[in-house]
Amino acid sequence: MSEMSAMNRKLIQNLAETLSKQVKRFNKTEAECLIRLFNGLIGDQTERRVGNGLDRGKFRNVLHKTFGMTDDMIMDRVFRAFDKDNDSYVSVKEWIEGLSVFLRGTLDEKIKYCFDVYDLNGDGYISREEMFHMLKNSLIRQPTEEDPDEGIKDLVEITVKKMDRDHDGRLSFADFDKAVREENLLLEAFGTCLPDAKSIQAFEQHAFQEPLEH
Amino acid sequence: MGLALTRAAQWTTASSGTGKLEITPLNESLLKEIQRFVEQFSARHPQEAKHVFKEPLQWKTSLEASDFKTEYDISGASVVSHEKDRNGRPLLHLSPPLISVLSLSQLSKLLQVAKERKLKEVRACLEANRDPVVRMLGPSFATVEGEDSSVLRLLEKVRGGDPGGETEIQARLLLLLQQLDTQLLSTSLKQISQEVRLSPAAVKNEVELLKSFCGSGEKRLLKSVNYTSDYEFSNGCRSPPWRQVHGEICYLIVEPCDTDTLYITCCTAGVFLNGGIKQEGEESPYDRSGDVYKDLVSLLKAHSVHFADQINTQDFAVQEEPPSTQKIPHVESVDAEEPGQTLRAHEHQEKNAHDRARQQQLAASKPGGKKKLEPSPKWKGLGLPSPQPEAEERKKGKRTEKSTEKSAESQAKATRPDSRKKADFSGSSLPVHQSSHRTKVTVEEFSESSSESGEDEEQPERRPESNTDLPSEYWQIQKLVKYLKGGNQTATVIALCSMRDFNLAQETCQLAIRDVGGLEVLINLLATDEIKCKIGSLKILKKISQNSQIRRAIADLGGLQIMVCILDSPDKELKCLSAETIANVAKFRRARRTVRQHGGIKRLVELLDCVPDSAALTVEQERDVEVARCGALALWSCSKSTRNKEAIRRAGGIPLLARLLKSPHENMLIPVVGTLQECASEKSYRVAIQTEGMVEDLVKNLSCDNQELQMHCASAIFKCAEDKRTRDLVRHYAGLQPLVNLLGKSENKQLLAATTGAIWKCSISMENVAMFKEYKALEILVGLLTNQPEEVLVNVVGALGECAQQPANRTTIYKSGGIPSLVNLLTGTNQALLVNVTRAVGACATEPENMAIIDRLDGVRLLWSLLKNPNPDVQASAAWAICPCIENAKDAGEMVRSFVGGLELIVNLLKSNNGEVLASVCAAIANIAKDEENLAVITDHGVVPMLAKLTNTTDDKLRRHLAEAIARCCMWGSNRVAFGEAGAVAPLVRYLRSKDPSVHQATARALFQLSKGPNNCITMHENGVVKLLIEMMGSTDEVLQEASAGCVANIRRLALANEKARYS
Repeated sequence: MSEMSAMNRKLIQNLAETLSKQVKRFNKTEAECLIRLFNGLIGDQTERRVGNGLDRGKFRNVLHKTFGMTDDMIMDRVFRAFDKDNDSYVSVKEWIEGLSVFLRGTLDEKIKYCFDVYDLNGDGYISREEMFHMLKNSLIRQPTEEDPDEGIKDLVEITVKKMDRDHDGRLSFADFDKAVREENLLLEAFGTCLPDAKSIQAFEQHAFQEPLEH
Repeated sequence: MGLALTRAAQWTTASSGTGKLEITPLNESLLKEIQRFVEQFSARHPQEAKHVFKEPLQWKTSLEASDFKTEYDISGASVVSHEKDRNGRPLLHLSPPLISVLSLSQLSKLLQVAKERKLKEVRACLEANRDPVVRMLGPSFATVEGEDSSVLRLLEKVRGGDPGGETEIQARLLLLLQQLDTQLLSTSLKQISQEVRLSPAAVKNEVELLKSFCGSGEKRLLKSVNYTSDYEFSNGCRSPPWRQVHGEICYLIVEPCDTDTLYITCCTAGVFLNGGIKQEGEESPYDRSGDVYKDLVSLLKAHSVHFADQINTQDFAVQEEPPSTQKIPHVESVDAEEPGQTLRAHEHQEKNAHDRARQQQLAASKPGGKKKLEPSPKWKGLGLPSPQPEAEERKKGKRTEKSTEKSAESQAKATRPDSRKKADFSGSSLPVHQSSHRTKVTVEEFSESSSESGEDEEQPERRPESNTDLPSEYWQIQKLVKYLKGGNQTATVIALCSMRDFNLAQETCQLAIRDVGGLEVLINLLATDEIKCKIGSLKILKKISQNSQIRRAIADLGGLQIMVCILDSPDKELKCLSAETIANVAKFRRARRTVRQHGGIKRLVELLDCVPDSAALTVEQERDVEVARCGALALWSCSKSTRNKEAIRRAGGIPLLARLLKSPHENMLIPVVGTLQECASEKSYRVAIQTEGMVEDLVKNLSCDNQELQMHCASAIFKCAEDKRTRDLVRHYAGLQPLVNLLGKSENKQLLAATTGAIWKCSISMENVAMFKEYKALEILVGLLTNQPEEVLVNVVGALGECAQQPANRTTIYKSGGIPSLVNLLTGTNQALLVNVTRAVGACATEPENMAIIDRLDGVRLLWSLLKNPNPDVQASAAWAICPCIENAKDAGEMVRSFVGGLELIVNLLKSNNGEVLASVCAAIANIAKDEENLAVITDHGVVPMLAKLTNTTDDKLRRHLAEAIARCCMWGSNRVAFGEAGAVAPLVRYLRSKDPSVHQATARALFQLSKGPNNCITMHENGVVKLLIEMMGSTDEVLQEASAGCVANIRRLALANEKARYS
């Protein structure tokens, strides 16, 4: 058993070393911690197949519990953004890469990430329909209003007016990039998809410091 | 009946005894009720009516013997009834004017006899017998508040089996009387509930309406309606507080068209004529001198026939009809049926009319509602608010409970728009009192002083006049605010970003945000946990808080407190935005105080902690610097209040500011130096600026490119250079040259004022003057004597005055043509300027060539006329300046004589209380007295006793000039003797014990002159002058030696002559 865990440790250390070289934002120890955390999240998977990792449910659980996200649709989209190879699992590599943006990303990286999250159909544009879809729960509906969606439609129009620089009625990545650079607040214009400073701090403390104390 | 009488009836004096029942509708109905009860009593309850009272009811009646007929024995004026009690007492006995009655049956007969005087009799009876039941049934039945056990006691008695059934009748009588009592109470309650009490708002509305019917022309109702006081308290009353206690709301002066002026008191119980209250503050007769009316209109109807006629016959063409969209605060009277109704503002006339209709229905359906207090239909059409209900009264009470601080403030605020509105009415009332009240309030409210630069003044509120011509932004902003209110974080951020796209620097948008309730939402967002919302909200608040109305609104909504809390946030962007917004909002005193009181100063000072000047800063360090810059901005705004300066110092701000002063960045330096120069008004800061080495940095920044920064640096030096060490430091760090260079930027007046100020203060040190001479500063300063604002002139002239203490500079000023300009400035009015100009002119006058110009331009006359200036500083400075003028002018004596009344004027200044004025005037008199003719004139004006009176002073400066003046004045007539007689000699001897050598010289000269009088010698000798003078003879000062020796010689000569006389 101890042999096994020693082997395991060796494996993890090697993996951490390679990954920390690929993903610049974490050093080796940090990468190691994140791998351990990942393994902990997967749990005792008896059958260790190649390519497996966190499934959608487990990942959403992490997002909800650790980073306080609530919007189902956005959480799905975040899962998609992490799961680069589209195999419905977040692998160790995807986990570390995703977290690097999630926790310590530059503005550039975050813009790209958010755009990917918001581009629901992945066609490279955020259309009015997609916006409407994402914003539909953002206003308290007044039962007295004739058209309850009117407010949402209006919000979509406001956003298009503000962000659509080339006036084609939809947001390209260039539009989004420009608008966010001008006004950083618009980074998460269509829903919270990044953790706030407090939960980042809490997560890093939990992930990087506590395991070392053991 | 007892309860009703004590509780419901309105007595003139509260205490029992000889109170009178007031003639009010309520009392009248009470009396009628009682009268009816008594009249019908003997018919309804014959048995009880015969019951004989324990004691007779006795009162002064107006009935006479002739009124009584059968059943009575009439003998002369007195009347006795046939009916008698068991003891043979007559049940009715009249011996005018007193009447006594022993039974209810006799009472009812009496009322029948009294006929039309019934009510009067009932009233007189009740006034004389405050508790009639006691008389009827005995003292055990006295009316007591609370539980009344008399009935129970009686019941027990009845059960006990009293013989003759006496008690039973008694019991029945008591029950009947108590029934009456309950009935009376309920009717009076009905009456009270119908009565509408007036409130300040109702009175105000009525007055405003009546005002609109004043004016000229045939159809006017009244000539004028005015309040006696323009000042309105926060509760809406205009009467002084000690009268508000009596329920009085305000006093009016109404000029009707047909009768004399009416002086009217409006109080909560109604309106009535008073004894003529004309103006607040006078000892005025507040007493009622007429009936009470329910409102103004009915009072006026009763007193002015013209008014009554016009109001009933005419349809009014309102001269100043309010615009239809204006909101009319409308208050409905509260009926018993709907107690919850309160004040409402109606926007539309239609709705108003609708409410009216409903109200009328209510009134109609009310059973037994006699006369409801409703304005006539004509008035209703004009939207006359009916008198206000008691609910409003209660509200008022609550409002007055608010803390005094707040109400004082709102008072100050409230009066402004009010006075503006007032001005619209032609012939408005007496405006005197308002201003005095206002200033009093402000003085009390803000005890803390403040340097007022950039101070907000209360601005009149500017609101859109009506809803019709609102710009489109208004509606868009309203919509966005709606999303802010009802959106989640995402929607809120979008709405905030969109709102920022409006031109927030434009007042329309700023006020639109406020008017649609956006400020409340924005401030609420600050209290949430969402960083993005806070940032977005602060970005907007920062922009719109450039508007002073918005600033006030933010402060009123408690925004400052939240922003102060945000300063603790770990997010640096948030800190920055919050500090910047505070910097904007804290432009008025109340806001600055709020920041201090909520610990904002300490937090802002903490923001200053950063590393400002290392070459390579990390990103984080750069952010820290930005945070510090924003903190400094906020502190700069806050530092305009004295207490905040102290708070910054105590929070350890000075060393941090000193460190930031090393920063190379102008945008950092401007707020830092701005704060420092603001705080330099405090001594602690001036010392710190000197000791913490900040002078060097201030000097360094004098040479920067930014004029604003240069100005603040110069201004800081201006304030600090009062201190000699600081002046030396400025020179040491080569700050004088840059200051002189800055004089070239004469187009920026603020910079110029600060620079010249710094030069003035620096030139107090002679070493600096020498440097200025080298830099040819004087020539430039002389050039600035014309066409400059006063704040520049004061400093320029001050600097010239200091420089002119050196002879060479006086010539320079002469050569560069400064003398005429200086003399010209003597005609000014600015006191600070006059003090400096007189000093400069005086300094220049020590050169004869300058004096010639001054004389030619009549400068001495101008100086002399400044002696009349009320400011003692100006007086003293002018008198000092006169001295060298007299010394150096040709024909000085003639010149002085030519000023009509001039000598009398200067002699009279010896009555001043100001030491400096006295010293300067003495010096001038010493110079004037050199001319014998003038000396004769000032002697006639009584200079000798006045000087003698001053001799007891201990002020060495005054002593010196006083002794000189006395020495000079001795030269005329019998003045020596006169000084001796006025007791001036003995105090002068004491001057020789002074430590000041210049006092010794002048005193010795005075004593020498005085010693020419024998009696003075005796006095001097008695006061031990010889020993002192012998010491003085040992001085190195030749004048002192000579005068002392001369004096001793005179004393000795007198002694010798005395001896000779004795022995020969």
